[in-house]
Amino acid sequence: MNYNWDWGVFFKSTGVGQEIYLDWFVSGLGWTIAVALVAWIIALILGAVLGVMRTVPNRLVAGIATAYVELFRNVPLLVQLFIWYFLVPDYLPEGLQTWFKQDLSPATSAYVSVVVCLGLFTAARVCEQVRTGIQALPRGQAYAGLAVGFNLVQVYRHVLLPQAFRIIIPPLTSEFLNVFKNSSVASLIGLMELLAQTRQTAEFSANIFEAFTLATLIYFVLNMSLMVFMGWVERRVRVPGLMVGGK
Amino acid sequence: MSAFLEFDQVSHAYSQQTVVDTMSFTLVEGEIGCLLGSSGCGKTTVLRCLAGFEPIRAGSIRLAGQTLSLPGHQVPAHARQIGMVFQDYALFPHLTVGDNVAFGLRRWSRAERLRRVASLLDLVGLAGLARSYPHELSGGQQQRVALARALAPRPRLLLLDEPFSNLDVDLRSRLSAEVRAILKQENTTAILVTHDQHEAFAMADRVGVMQAGRLLQWAAPYTLYHQPASRFVADFIGQGVFLPGVVTGPACIETEIGEFCGAVPVPFDVGQRVEVLLRPDDVQHDDASSRKAVVESKVFRGSEFHYTLALPSGRRVLAEVPSHHDHPVGEPIGIRLEMDHLIAFPAH
Repeated sequence: MNYNWDWGVFFKSTGVGQEIYLDWFVSGLGWTIAVALVAWIIALILGAVLGVMRTVPNRLVAGIATAYVELFRNVPLLVQLFIWYFLVPDYLPEGLQTWFKQDLSPATSAYVSVVVCLGLFTAARVCEQVRTGIQALPRGQAYAGLAVGFNLVQVYRHVLLPQAFRIIIPPLTSEFLNVFKNSSVASLIGLMELLAQTRQTAEFSANIFEAFTLATLIYFVLNMSLMVFMGWVERRVRVPGLMVGGK
Repeated sequence: MSAFLEFDQVSHAYSQQTVVDTMSFTLVEGEIGCLLGSSGCGKTTVLRCLAGFEPIRAGSIRLAGQTLSLPGHQVPAHARQIGMVFQDYALFPHLTVGDNVAFGLRRWSRAERLRRVASLLDLVGLAGLARSYPHELSGGQQQRVALARALAPRPRLLLLDEPFSNLDVDLRSRLSAEVRAILKQENTTAILVTHDQHEAFAMADRVGVMQAGRLLQWAAPYTLYHQPASRFVADFIGQGVFLPGVVTGPACIETEIGEFCGAVPVPFDVGQRVEVLLRPDDVQHDDASSRKAVVESKVFRGSEFHYTLALPSGRRVLAEVPSHHDHPVGEPIGIRLEMDHLIAFPAH
């Protein structure tokens, strides 16, 4: 294969203003992080609520959460994104529709769509982990909370969730990484996140291999850092003996 | 003394399976009650009904005059002021011992809370361990923390579900005596559930024997042992054998070991065939006695021998004999009955 590797390409001018190609990657990384973090916050909050809903002794409440999970887990992420970006805006109330289609810049409306899509999609997966975390706890834990006078909400808040979240940190970590990786679908609706900038660099400079190598490296380093961070969190909050319980 | 806890005609069922069947008992304030039965007899379900974890199908549960449970209506568990100690302790592993004990005291002022926690940890003999985590404690210590946590909010009633079953035998008997002392000191009304009758006798003022969802007898341990209301209770409580006999008088029964007259009349007609309960302590070793039984096996218990003796008819009786009477297996020894009153049931 005759390919002339040129690692200097990233410092070359893009021909657009004063920018060099590296600037595009930095900007792309910025969008990737902005998408993933906000989507993750939505997923964590909504997923915790749904996970709790699936474990409460009320069929209707549990049923709603189950339906949510089935719906969002069984439709491909890309399909969901197109629905959020192309279809949903048309069915918004008049005011919201104008705001979304005209007042927001194209980049912002793409950003809003992808954050909502990824947040709701990941929430279904977080929900399942929260549910299994709660169900892994011995039943006596909830009873013990009730017996000292805590109501159900307080039992969840002070007894079940603090333990459940500790148990599910490892699977949650991999979900957290997935959000970053899945955020690349945003490139398909024109959001200039890391993957979109990579492709643009490849097209502009014709240095395809360098561009994708750098992108791979950035995703890798990003996810490794997140894993190290989550590992640190896990050790910080660890309660020895908690993982061996379960009945 | 009026009843503090009234468990009145209560039934409970899981779908079609009746687990508690029209059960009634009462408890006076400050008393410790015990439900005794083999596993699956419904005793734990009774506790869960009391705690408010299970609805009842029929009857009512009242505590200090307040109705807690009726069919279709119940005061929620957290509003009952009923504490519970669980079989597996159910300590909160993410909280320190001190926080576990303080868990039910969130409405108390900080100073009062700290005082209560310190005094309880002192009471259960764990002073100084407030900052430890449950996993750092031994089983017995965890059990004490569970007790302190349940007692902390001064519950109106304390429920103990097989509280010592995870502990070794020595610790079990020591702790059951200790827990009784602690409950009495706090004047806590309590209900204990166990399958271990030594534990029941050591801890409770009133013991109920349960079988298949029914309460067969609810009485003081002494009464239960010496005046069992049914053959099942007689069989279940303590050791003993049934020996066939014939009623020969108002309080007399003739058996193959001889005629015996108790102090209390037996409710049978003269000539009726009955079975007499013989406890190991009813059968005395007496070298002078002409009644002989052959030592079939023996268990050395330190202070006494536990003999299984074969009568001439081949029936076996048990005897507890002071351990200096050491007889080899196969030797005939003299025996004599020594009973206050006779316990007999119609022969079947």
